[in-house]
Amino acid sequence: MIGAAAALLLLTHGRIAGISGITGSVLQRTQDDRAWRLAFLGGLVAAGLVARIVAPLAIGPSVRSLPIVAVAGVLVGFGTRLGGGCTSGHGVCGVARRSARSLIAVGVFMITGIATAIVAGALS
Amino acid sequence: MMAAASGARRRGTALALAGLAGGLFGAGLIVSGMTQPARVIGFLDVTGAWDPSLAFVMASAVLICAVAFPWIQTRRSQPWFDTRFHVPPGGRAGVIDRPLIVGAALFGIGWGLGGLCPGPGIVAAASGSLPGLVFAAAMVAGMAAQHRSAR
Repeated sequence: MIGAAAALLLLTHGRIAGISGITGSVLQRTQDDRAWRLAFLGGLVAAGLVARIVAPLAIGPSVRSLPIVAVAGVLVGFGTRLGGGCTSGHGVCGVARRSARSLIAVGVFMITGIATAIVAGALS
Repeated sequence: MMAAASGARRRGTALALAGLAGGLFGAGLIVSGMTQPARVIGFLDVTGAWDPSLAFVMASAVLICAVAFPWIQTRRSQPWFDTRFHVPPGGRAGVIDRPLIVGAALFGIGWGLGGLCPGPGIVAAASGSLPGLVFAAAMVAGMAAQHRSAR
């Protein structure tokens, strides 16, 4: 489904389905072409709203305290904009296009992600 | 008059399809378990009870895109609702620089810490979960901070 959604966005709008890029561009008021981005994010939000009703257990509880979740969110927001992508843009679309930038990015965020999960798991 | 009406209808169709792509993407994240931080951290923490299922989710999405993207781009000179494909150069064409490495490293730390990446974070927030809302608000703040620092 994730792959099909990314292919649909490329076919219809010629765009890469990168969530951090789409979200970041909407935040930057200077960017034109916000309509399709807002529509895409609207679909993502709709999926969350439907899940709340249909399958609330599919949205898992947090495994960390709220302050830690906030720190994680800031790091994810800052890092994905600095690095030009996240799990979708680099991880799925970029790797599929065999982009050297994306392959390097995925290698780096997998290493720091695994290291952080191990350390945080050992500390908690 | 006719042209204006069909133009508006065309724009509506374009936005509906972008929304459909977002909804399908979000449903995929939910069905595959990416919106469950415990699953994500169980995948990343290879020393614990390692759960490799998310690797298959990623691999199958990559495989579909690896087949579909070239198929679309070789058969069509432009997408349905735009004059060109906005796709960065693939292969070795891109520049490997410090922001790419540092940004990916910071993102990985945040992902390993909270068990959420941007898409699942937005879906979790939309579902009304308090950690999801906190994560998404903090993520937006982090993005805004990066935009300010880059200016």
